[in-house]
Amino acid sequence: MEIQKKSPTQKIEGWGRFPKYNCKVITPHNEAELLNAILSNNTIARGNGRAYGDSAISIKNTISMRKFNRMLSFCNNSGLLVVEAGVILGDIINTFLPQGWFPSVTPGTKFVTLGGMVAADVHGKNHHKHGSFANFINWIDIVDHSGIIKRCSPSKNNQLFAWTVGGMGLTGIILRIAFRMQAVDSAWVRQTLIPTKNLNESMEVFEKSQNATYSVAWIDCLQRKSNLGRALVMLGEHAKAEELPPDKQAKPYSTPKKLNISMPFNAPSFSLNRMSLRAFNSFYYWSQKKAAKNSLVSWEAYFYPLDQILGWNRIYGRKGFMQFQCVLPLANSRKGLEQLLQEVAKTQQGSFLAVLKKFGAQNTTSNFSFPMEGYTLALDFPVKPSTLKLMTKLDEITIAHGGRFYLAKDSRMTADTLQKSDKRVKKFKTMRKNHNIQSQFASTQSKRLKI
Amino acid sequence: MKTKTMLILGGRSDVGLAIAYHFAKIGYSIQLAARKVNSLAPYQSDIELRHNVSVKVFEFDALNTSNHEKFIDKMPVLADITVCAVGVLGKQTQDEKNIGNTIHVMRSNYEGPASIFAVIANRYQARGYGTLIGISSVAGERGRANNYIYGSAKAAYTTFLSGLRNRLAKKGVNVITVLPGFIDSKMTDGLKLPALLTAKPSDVATAIERAVKRKKNVVYVKPIWQPIMLVIRNIPEFIFKKLKI
Repeated sequence: MEIQKKSPTQKIEGWGRFPKYNCKVITPHNEAELLNAILSNNTIARGNGRAYGDSAISIKNTISMRKFNRMLSFCNNSGLLVVEAGVILGDIINTFLPQGWFPSVTPGTKFVTLGGMVAADVHGKNHHKHGSFANFINWIDIVDHSGIIKRCSPSKNNQLFAWTVGGMGLTGIILRIAFRMQAVDSAWVRQTLIPTKNLNESMEVFEKSQNATYSVAWIDCLQRKSNLGRALVMLGEHAKAEELPPDKQAKPYSTPKKLNISMPFNAPSFSLNRMSLRAFNSFYYWSQKKAAKNSLVSWEAYFYPLDQILGWNRIYGRKGFMQFQCVLPLANSRKGLEQLLQEVAKTQQGSFLAVLKKFGAQNTTSNFSFPMEGYTLALDFPVKPSTLKLMTKLDEITIAHGGRFYLAKDSRMTADTLQKSDKRVKKFKTMRKNHNIQSQFASTQSKRLKI
Repeated sequence: MKTKTMLILGGRSDVGLAIAYHFAKIGYSIQLAARKVNSLAPYQSDIELRHNVSVKVFEFDALNTSNHEKFIDKMPVLADITVCAVGVLGKQTQDEKNIGNTIHVMRSNYEGPASIFAVIANRYQARGYGTLIGISSVAGERGRANNYIYGSAKAAYTTFLSGLRNRLAKKGVNVITVLPGFIDSKMTDGLKLPALLTAKPSDVATAIERAVKRKKNVVYVKPIWQPIMLVIRNIPEFIFKKLKI
């Protein structure tokens, strides 16, 4: 049998499945191979491909970090875990939740790598209380442009640390991460569900719920006028062992194993239209509103509802979808959100998922992280000309209100939009120029955005 | 119940590591033996953290046969099961022009693995129980122009295992021959392998667990290889020598 060589390139895409590129992908197995792989230009590290757009795509030199997926040490007094960058968050939870530990900050999916979490400086439903992931990082090891592995922390090599955490992989290759987890009493979350009638009410609930550990709202973004901003606000607390019903108290860290459903094929693109979205949104709102206001839900159901449908990104069909996520400063949040939601409702390009959340003050240990004190809104749209136009409009509204954008979600913004929204870009560019790494570490996103 | 221990020779290979993870998950203590053992430190911590078992690493060179008795003497525990995942594929067309390479492929796939198994077999026989698992290859079933250096060494290894099994059958020691077919691993990196015939390293581990449970003798990781090799073995030589397969 004649065995042929594999093609050196492969088609890769982000979680939104747009854009797609044919790329040279290298999968180093050890440090020596990794150091060798970063010598050429246009290098970007890739984890589990959960950024929505092209943050972890480089046509010439995408480096898959999936072989660096080992956990290195754990201290069960402090909860400090040291891992390689390719370790998947879900594996960490599966390993350590039974021992009483949970990530201090988690994004909305557990299928991210720790390297990706650092690069995007992810936030969770507890940002208003605990800040972004950066707050829980003791140190990281990063392979810099000269192939030297540098350990950096808020006190050592602190500039490299500050630009790397939230730096979208543009300072080098994140290799190892030491971060602190939190002790929890159970694998259950006490959820409080608060339905609201409009944006004012929704924001009021957030303001009143500052003490809740977790808070997030799902918005029915097809509503207009007096119903604009109608939402279900979900608050959560890690349940203490004694708050569990007696049958669960014996094994507080075990939750029933749910069967994951997977999306077996691409939905045809017409299946998500105005009618079906309106029906879905209304159904969800009313069904949840009727549901018990206080309930005990498993960690998976509370933190990762979408992870239970594997490959849910295929619901948008072959062409894929785009995410829009911005944050508006507190002072302009109400006005800005109103305009954003009005614009979405006006075009009736309802988003399947619309999420609103209040951020607290952002820590200062990182230089280029997304969050700031205020409100963040996340929407998704199928890829088509009308939604692209709508998103450009949303960009303008965000900029007019002093907001900025989450690069882990972006797949289509222009360099001009980024510059206008974020003064820090200029500094980041200068930093990259001074260290002569502009061409060495680059993704198709960083090129599009001229970072 | 006492924790069982598995020794994995060639513990740095993808297959060796997949077996380590698999058996750690079902509660075995793991001994990983390989060259450049320092590079195994991340795996050691990872397996220990994920599966809460003890993992120890040992420097081991399969080709340093004069050291094999001493290597086993120094082990803290004589493992319940030993798996040998030692081997190199080589590059047939280059190796056939270089006798040094040829000998290296032969020694790595036969002499080394057979030598260490010869030592451990005696210990297991004296103890009265144990399981030896040799990872051989379907390439050893018939010599082909493409890979007969590797294949011939694997053929010898398969024969060695079969003889060992025959000798130890009544002494409480099981010998299992594993025939994986193609494996998607570092060894075959960059090659376009036919999906139907290709096993993942984790498939090899699963097949081994099943074989241990059912006290199997010879296992094909992908059952489809069994009829394929039956055909290949039975093609008359005067036809076979002209085929390009």
